[in-house]
Amino acid sequence: MLRIEHFYAVLALFLLHAAWCNLRDHRYAHAGFWGLLAVMFGGGNAVLAATKAGDDLPAQLAGAGVIALALLATRMRREHIAEAPEAQRRASAQRLGHWLLVPALLIPLVTVLVALFGTKIRFGATPLFGESSITLIGLSLASVLAAAAAVAVTRQPAIQVASEGRRLLDTIGWAALLPLVLATLGGVFAASGIGEAIASLVSAVIPSDNRLACVLAYGLGMVLFTVIMGNAFAAFPVMTAGIGLPLLIQQHGADPAILGALGMLTGYCGTLMTPMAANFNLVPAALLELDDPNAVIRAQLPTAIPLLFVNLLLMYWLVFR
Amino acid sequence: MNYWPLLGIAWVVAGFVLRMNPVIVVVSAALVSGFSAGKSLAELLALIGNSFVSNRALLLFVLTLPTIGLLERAGLREHAHAWIGRLRGLTLARLLTGYLGLRQVLSMLGLTNVGGHPQTVRPLLAPMSEAAAERQVGPLEHDERQRIYALDAATDNIGLFFGEDVFVAIGAVLLIQGFYAEQGIVLEPLQIALWAIPTAIAAFVIHAVRIWLFQRALLRRVALKAATEALHAAD
Repeated sequence: MLRIEHFYAVLALFLLHAAWCNLRDHRYAHAGFWGLLAVMFGGGNAVLAATKAGDDLPAQLAGAGVIALALLATRMRREHIAEAPEAQRRASAQRLGHWLLVPALLIPLVTVLVALFGTKIRFGATPLFGESSITLIGLSLASVLAAAAAVAVTRQPAIQVASEGRRLLDTIGWAALLPLVLATLGGVFAASGIGEAIASLVSAVIPSDNRLACVLAYGLGMVLFTVIMGNAFAAFPVMTAGIGLPLLIQQHGADPAILGALGMLTGYCGTLMTPMAANFNLVPAALLELDDPNAVIRAQLPTAIPLLFVNLLLMYWLVFR
Repeated sequence: MNYWPLLGIAWVVAGFVLRMNPVIVVVSAALVSGFSAGKSLAELLALIGNSFVSNRALLLFVLTLPTIGLLERAGLREHAHAWIGRLRGLTLARLLTGYLGLRQVLSMLGLTNVGGHPQTVRPLLAPMSEAAAERQVGPLEHDERQRIYALDAATDNIGLFFGEDVFVAIGAVLLIQGFYAEQGIVLEPLQIALWAIPTAIAAFVIHAVRIWLFQRALLRRVALKAATEALHAAD
């Protein structure tokens, strides 16, 4: 049965290859970073199993590992890694033409197919895919198949796929870790009671009799909390439980479906504005080799702010019946 | 109510504003919040470790990099550039507006994986938008190219965010439904998803207008630069 853990192992192997390449290039901080990350990925299951069994030591070691990764990150520089010469790339592009798109399109295609039909594929009594996170398993499997397809289409030696992957990985650099480390911060914030603290501060200052004030508090609270957490999913339960439910739905009779949908979308406006949403704002800036790490956010602000106003207006007009 | 953990937020904001390395800022903020909430070092390390390992899925996008990397070596970006360079009617604004609409519609159908920064923006949309712009204004300066790339990434994000909530089985809709169910309010996903449509339309209109304004500003900046240079050359 294919489980997500198999793909974490594949990822760990790839990270080890990247660490090895960096070691050969005498980039020691980079080698240490990817190597340590590979170990944490490979050993992740053991950590979770130990915590479940009541043994905290592996988790504490993992925590120390995270701090070590952060320290290593300060010693890493983002540099442009050498690519194949342009003339060679152009010649290859002319030769292969639209065939180049086939492996790239295989990624979304296989992901969707697995997400839709994966649970139905069985050998005897065993399903091919593990139960949880079928979309993630689909995406991982699709990536592996696409890599094989890329090797077939471009007729390059298989090891090139790992070397070129390492090139892109080192172009992104430590930014690749940001989504993961921000989610970790979210976990710590949640365990520290930050959500409740913010909700209680906000509801202490707003005049709860005024419908407009409550809508603004909810909407702007969603944006603020999304900007802090980097992710509207984390903000939604806190803001809706703290302000949406008691003040808007119960006191002022707002429609929960409309409030929920518009509240989440207001949070998304916040996602467009914050560096904490690393996988949408910082990783792309690193991937596109932009000089300003906040360039994507700057490009999004003039859309996010008007859209936020429109959303708040829609909320005020539509939510009360 | 213990308000001290909010120091962690102040720390993160300060760190980002001071342009310090985000990874160390975020990890140290976790330590600040945890200690302010009264956790011991051992407890906090275990919390960080478990939280990190539980979120490993967030690095799975790295598995797409080998494919894209190899295709780039084989000239994927050059191919996209050359192809769009041949399509004469395709201006930068038409390309980006078309991509915005396509990304939104596909996300509304649940096909959120068809776009994305490693698979689509870097290898395809970026060289395509560069080619379209170059056909309109000639060779691009470094700053202009960077602005275009940033707009490409922004367009991908906006198309995704404001299309996906219309799909009934997307995580966000299910989260909203699940949250309300725990509070005793029973809703159908469709009821929630339909209300994402007005915002989706507003997002398309606002961002499409911005794309056209961007193109107009680009044309003006380049024309101004050319005029200034012609003036200097005449001296």
